[in-house]
Amino acid sequence: MIDLLIIGAGPAGLSAAIASARQGLAVRVVDEFYRPGGRLLGQLHEEPDGMWWNGLDEAARLTETAKSLGVEICCGVSVFHLTQSQNGWVVSTTQGEMTVPLLLIATGASEAAVPVPGWTLPGVMSIGAAQVMTNVQRVRVGQRGVVIGVNILSVAISRELQLAGVTVDRMILPPSTTVSGTAGQPEAVMQSLLRVAHLAPSLMIRIGSKLMRSPWMQKLAIALYPSKGFSMWDIPIQLRTTALEIVGTSQVEGVRIARVAADGSPIDGTEQVIPADFVCIAGGLSPLAELAAIAGCPFAYVPSLGGHVPLHNESMRTPVPRLYVAGNITGIESAKVAMAQGTVAGLSIAKARGKLTNEQPLSDAIQQVKIVRQHATIQFHPDIVAGRALVGQMTAEWIAP
Amino acid sequence: MSQRIDHHPVLGSLGDRKQLSFHYNDSVYMAYEGETIAGALLAAGVRTLRVHEEKGTPRGIYCNIGHCYECRVHVDGIPTVRACMTLVQEGMQVNAGSLLPTPLKKGGHHA
Repeated sequence: MIDLLIIGAGPAGLSAAIASARQGLAVRVVDEFYRPGGRLLGQLHEEPDGMWWNGLDEAARLTETAKSLGVEICCGVSVFHLTQSQNGWVVSTTQGEMTVPLLLIATGASEAAVPVPGWTLPGVMSIGAAQVMTNVQRVRVGQRGVVIGVNILSVAISRELQLAGVTVDRMILPPSTTVSGTAGQPEAVMQSLLRVAHLAPSLMIRIGSKLMRSPWMQKLAIALYPSKGFSMWDIPIQLRTTALEIVGTSQVEGVRIARVAADGSPIDGTEQVIPADFVCIAGGLSPLAELAAIAGCPFAYVPSLGGHVPLHNESMRTPVPRLYVAGNITGIESAKVAMAQGTVAGLSIAKARGKLTNEQPLSDAIQQVKIVRQHATIQFHPDIVAGRALVGQMTAEWIAP
Repeated sequence: MSQRIDHHPVLGSLGDRKQLSFHYNDSVYMAYEGETIAGALLAAGVRTLRVHEEKGTPRGIYCNIGHCYECRVHVDGIPTVRACMTLVQEGMQVNAGSLLPTPLKKGGHHA
């Protein structure tokens, strides 16, 4: 008999498992991937202090700690339905039904698809796919390719591809459409890039990013922007170039590109085809929240958090009885924030189960989420704090503080 | 040149791994223990995992973490298995998805 079922063995789910098992709860974690860790698996970047963040090591550490506390981790199990019962939840999985009093959904995020003509050709994949293939499966996705979509995630993963001996020929923008939104517009992309510029090894980019904080400087920068673009880790980033089409017959052979104006519209006569044996499409992340919707949880649409998020309070409780959420399902942030949120959820659930004798650790953990967020190396969005506050206000209408 | 990243400047080297053999369509391929079907086939230079059921155009992995189902294959006779989520087992028979009949469609094809 288990007290808590956690869906998702990523940084949030495993941290919640550890926190609640430490309070004496019997915990099971299910995940449809073949090994635990979620999207910690594959993360690899150098922090400003020169230390490497290796998600594989973090995943192994969390998994070992959880197991040592008696947490049962079931991989290769998919959850496809949830129904409320009198005393909790009935969870439909590919391994049969599981009945449990308390449920935590920590399903993380999914990559937003940005359709580009030719994107179904073999050799075209999402940027996250390339990360997993490179750092987890340890197989190169190609020799020389193009990354379509310039954002925090795609810049970080392009660097990871380079570390593994895969050449990123250049990073360019997706076609400017209603689907790609601002991701196809040079000015908007430049602004979002400035938030990661401190990670760049080049002093020039660091200094430049400080100079370009003001909007008129950014416009000027785009207008004067050299056609060759600039480079991070010698990877050319071309904000004034767009992908029109991915070309090839049985697999990727190249990308048809064009120069674009500052608003993202292609400039006549600038088209050319560049060779590539793979293409990565980076559309950014959105909370993977279908299961919370099935559970009947109310949602908020908060662009700074990545889209629709289930309502929840600081204790990671949702308005639905016995249902909790943690990690990127609540908004797109770094794995460190997800881990801190998981700890809150685990303690909060222990409290609901009557196993938390002292509430100090829970309030400390809630405080810790804010501290980690403040110190995060990678800020996915400048308005995260405001977005979180909005979700808190909306949730207060459902749950008394 | 092998597509496998045996040595990585930060993640280190892969140790000795057990070799497995499996079938993809009519050919035999080698995999290492812990490799997914998608990973082992990509390492062997195979990117096409199926053709579109109606159009017959080639498809491979897209998301590589189980969300998109673009990499669906048949494994030991079971359809709609995600190649990106499934580890290779010794002697496994993997088959690419193929064109399905569209007899009611104008200009469609029959089984």
